[in-house]
Amino acid sequence: MNWSAAAATRVGGFLFDDDFWRGVLAILAFLIFWEVGSRSPAWLGFALPWISKIPPPVAVLQELYKLVQDPSFWQSTLLSTLRVFEGFFAAMLIGIPLGLAMAVSRTFYGITFPVFEVLRPIPPLAWVPASIIFWPTQELSIAFVTFLGAFFTIVINVVGGAQAIDVRYFQAARSMGSSTWDIFRRIILPATIPSMAVGATVGVGITWAVVVAAEMISGGGSGAGGGLGFFIWNSYVGGSYTQIVAGMISIGIAGYISSAVLRKVGTWATPWLNEG
Amino acid sequence: MTSTSSLNPNSALSLGSEISVRGVSKSYGAEQFAKQVIRNCSFTLERGKLTVMIGPSGCGKSTLIRLLAGFERPTSGTITVDGKPMTGPGVDRLVVFQETALFPWMSTYDNIMYGPRARGEDTPKMREHAEMLLEKVGLSAFRKKYPSQLSGGMQRRAELARAMINEPSVMILDEPFRGLDAMTKRLMQEYYANLYSEFGRTTFFVTTDIDEAIYLADRILIMTNIPTEVRASIDVNLPRPRNVENITESDEANAIKMQALALLHEEAMKSFVRGSKAAADFVEAYSRRVNRE
Repeated sequence: MNWSAAAATRVGGFLFDDDFWRGVLAILAFLIFWEVGSRSPAWLGFALPWISKIPPPVAVLQELYKLVQDPSFWQSTLLSTLRVFEGFFAAMLIGIPLGLAMAVSRTFYGITFPVFEVLRPIPPLAWVPASIIFWPTQELSIAFVTFLGAFFTIVINVVGGAQAIDVRYFQAARSMGSSTWDIFRRIILPATIPSMAVGATVGVGITWAVVVAAEMISGGGSGAGGGLGFFIWNSYVGGSYTQIVAGMISIGIAGYISSAVLRKVGTWATPWLNEG
Repeated sequence: MTSTSSLNPNSALSLGSEISVRGVSKSYGAEQFAKQVIRNCSFTLERGKLTVMIGPSGCGKSTLIRLLAGFERPTSGTITVDGKPMTGPGVDRLVVFQETALFPWMSTYDNIMYGPRARGEDTPKMREHAEMLLEKVGLSAFRKKYPSQLSGGMQRRAELARAMINEPSVMILDEPFRGLDAMTKRLMQEYYANLYSEFGRTTFFVTTDIDEAIYLADRILIMTNIPTEVRASIDVNLPRPRNVENITESDEANAIKMQALALLHEEAMKSFVRGSKAAADFVEAYSRRVNRE
């Protein structure tokens, strides 16, 4: 550990961390490349392919600045976030017990796994039309599709994690007089937490991808009730390209924050995996 | 399960149980494809004695341990504990595994208390016992650390403590010091020898290290190549406490070592040859050359 890494462990110490500055540099380089690319017809005298059609970052930032002062933008963000977490928590609530049951019981696994494996490859978006027919409200349809996005990833991770537990842990526990319930509670459950955390972190990312697409397809209500996906679609229909990109970046940031929070929770729930 | 036995070293129980293995065979796989791992194996783990089993790698030692622990049943033959047929895994026969099998998500203290808690014995007396054991294995300061935060030697000691708190009447150790560096290994052997002379219960210790075997054993069982059976049983009557220097100079220890090495070499060669024509040719050429000299 060098001095800068040691300093990084203090509050605000990330300012001394090499990795932090590398990250800043990379984002800056990307923004400059984007700005030059977008303005290439004016600045370079010829249009770079693809990127010259995208609004430049400065314009997008100005748009974002306007947007954050607009309550309806926040309304959209909040709505999408709520849908993401409804779907995500439902997926955790149903997926974790299901995954554990599949890992623990051979019979249950034999019954459920084939069905599960047939349904799993169906993209969540292919469920949108059926979901709109199944569910009484549009809100429930979107939440259901969002749920599917995270559900399969969480189940697969929990099953995999529980099945990978070293058989010696079970042997040791049984030798020491553990009951089946005791083994489940004190061996299987904690041993599976790391895979639950991985499933949750990956799952929430998929959830964001799915919720936006579902909002676009379903129309997601109207106006301020549409969520970020509908916001982007609406901007496209209205021809505001800076708003499209600003909306995309908002989703990127929201997804990043969600994953970061879940990673933190995961780290907190598995103290034995942390160096120290 | 009595928790007072360790406080009373003179009771018969504190010497542990006697395990008798009679004509045990173990095969895996369906009938015509069955692979025999253990063949007609018989030996006795005498009450209060430390029996060391040594054999070529891949000879089925770990299978034998799973049978003794009750995780698996023999295909034929019987295993009895104090004359009663063994029925399954039990707290009377505890295994200390090759590499560590400490639960990574529990602190050292929680690992040691696992057995008592599993049986609903989280009593003040047990907690006191756990403290005593932590002290004895030198891990009092590491009670709150997770296994990943302990060194290799500490992990093995924690694992010994986790087994000992259950006061098993037989301790089964499967190459417990494998993978440790030479210095730590030697310290652990000395440490373990002291622990054994203090607790003095029936112990079954599996190793591939002949010096370790002679240093620790009351009796050494030399196993054949797979399918394994007992090739030879050698009593080691060196006085205890032993130390490595005395053993190096002892004629008796050296005689045992030579005898054991000759047998092991033969069996290891068979194991080496198994399944490979090239290796078989090599061994044949090698033995011809050795015989000429």
